[in-house]
Amino acid sequence: MKLALEIAKTHLLSKPKQTLVAMLGVTFGIGMFIAMVGLMTGLNNFTEELTMTSSPDIHIFNDITQERASILEEVNADGINVVHHQKPKKESSKLRNALLITEVLRKDPRVIGAAPTLGSQVFYNYGPIQLNGVISGVDIIEEDKLFNLRSKMKSGRIEDLKASTDGIIMGTGLARKLNVKTSDRVVITTPEGYTMTLKIVGTFQMGIGTVDNIRSYANISTVQVILQQDQSYITDINVKLKDLHKAKMIAPDFQKIAGYKAEDWETANSTFLTGVIIRNILTYSVSITLLVVAGFGIYNILNMTIYNKMKDIAILKAMGFSGKDVKQIFMIQSLVIGFVGSLAGLVIGYLLSYAISKAPFDGGDFISLDHFPVNFDPKYYIIGIAFGVATTAVAGYMPSRKASKMDPIEILRG
Amino acid sequence: MEQVLRTHKVSKYFYDPEKFQVLKEIDLSVNKGEFLSLVGKSGCGKSTLMYILSTMDTDYEGELEISGERVTGKSLNDLARFRNEHIGFVFQFHYLLPEFTALQNVMIPALKQKKYSRQEVEDRAYQKLKMLGMQDFALKPSNKLSGGQQQRIAIARGIINDPDIIMGDEPTGNLDSYNTHLVFDIFRELTHTYKQTIIAVTHDAEFARNSDRVVEMSDGKIIGSGNQKKSTVTL
Repeated sequence: MKLALEIAKTHLLSKPKQTLVAMLGVTFGIGMFIAMVGLMTGLNNFTEELTMTSSPDIHIFNDITQERASILEEVNADGINVVHHQKPKKESSKLRNALLITEVLRKDPRVIGAAPTLGSQVFYNYGPIQLNGVISGVDIIEEDKLFNLRSKMKSGRIEDLKASTDGIIMGTGLARKLNVKTSDRVVITTPEGYTMTLKIVGTFQMGIGTVDNIRSYANISTVQVILQQDQSYITDINVKLKDLHKAKMIAPDFQKIAGYKAEDWETANSTFLTGVIIRNILTYSVSITLLVVAGFGIYNILNMTIYNKMKDIAILKAMGFSGKDVKQIFMIQSLVIGFVGSLAGLVIGYLLSYAISKAPFDGGDFISLDHFPVNFDPKYYIIGIAFGVATTAVAGYMPSRKASKMDPIEILRG
Repeated sequence: MEQVLRTHKVSKYFYDPEKFQVLKEIDLSVNKGEFLSLVGKSGCGKSTLMYILSTMDTDYEGELEISGERVTGKSLNDLARFRNEHIGFVFQFHYLLPEFTALQNVMIPALKQKKYSRQEVEDRAYQKLKMLGMQDFALKPSNKLSGGQQQRIAIARGIINDPDIIMGDEPTGNLDSYNTHLVFDIFRELTHTYKQTIIAVTHDAEFARNSDRVVEMSDGKIIGSGNQKKSTVTL
């Protein structure tokens, strides 16, 4: 083994240029893999995180658009019924026993927190202009547990909301559009025509345009007043789970418990998540292509080396090296190329990732982002080196086997 | 006389382009310390026989025994180990490993054998190189040496494991007359002083004439085998 190592080393070092070229193939393959995976998973994690900040793990609400049987069908069940353009019943989106449901959900061991909320479409009046938006009535302390609001506050404190009866916390995008600051007042109008003046006690930024540009938070009681509803009027319950990836499984359970529609975050954000899947497919297919190309490079170079060393192989066999020993010598060469090349690839990949993570990138109004998000998870570095070594092992195996099977007599006889 | 190598009815066929018997029931025994030349016209089967004797060719009928051990039927791995211990090679085109120094080339078979420590192997290699007058070239890359020098290094490599037999395939075929003499004298010395057995395939009539015994082959058979009087005359 030691001798095989020594011979392999001498072979590699006696043709440094060739060795280097073989290594560079692997290095670029792995380097690009690391950089691409870092960027892609960084983006994926970033979007996933954004998704999580804007939607609860499980959202329970009264889905009044759900299809229902027409009266005609109820009365004449066996007949042929044709009902054109059936409209939904006038129904309140109120969740009955919402507070009770919340209590039950909070006791569930899979749940971290559950927060009852109610929301409404509102118009924010800005002089003569009305901006469309949403106001959410929340228990701000509970909401903070779910969405970590505290860290997203740009001005003011969440406790300020708790203390005021007519306060709201407004998304930064919306505040900018309305040209208002903390402690300014803003007039809102509900679709039913109720108008109220509210005081801005703080601003938040989720980092996602669809939230920051339209949403404000207020106390539950404030929103109940705006909507002219009683104190049990709750339209939504947001639930945070211990393991958010189980949301899809758990949602049907909760739907049964609550008796209302329970939607998991994956369903609610399926367009976002499709993007994640497509990016992953892209990343892996490009990376694998790069590595396969590198593998072919190694295969080629080893094949050439072995062709050039046929005489040496014959003489080694004559001197008492078995086919296995010869195979070992060439396998060591390809593994060394693979390992050193991959290691250099990791370094290159890290440097590339670092450069990308420092590159300025304007997310625009939609996403608040000034640099590319890059993932430096060591997991991908381990995958990278394992994959690099595995590819070179496969690429080196075939020529090595050929060398081990070579008949020395034919070569020695000339 | 102690026998080092013995064959019993060794036959071999070539199948390409058609079946053809190259060796016809060869019986041959070689004594210890014998310097044997294998001669004959091209295609008579002498090289083929030598590669069977060297254990590298296993595709034959009959039996082969070296140093009292039956080698016919051994596995390829066992044969490789057997060659490493019992047989040394010297080829026409010297066949040193070009990336290694002369010393390393000599050491490789011994390192493979693992009988001695690295330091001992190195000492032994120096000793063999000295015997062949090559100690000054030990650390030179082997591809920087002349043909005659390379052949002497190859001989040192052939004897590093103190083999029972040295097999030469036209060991002087590629050398000028000066170096041919040199190599021949080394072979002589090895057989006479160190009781080394040598089997060499050669086309060189003078080389053959001066060896201890000439085995002449024709059409796959041994047609003549004669001990010559030990020549004291150098070429």
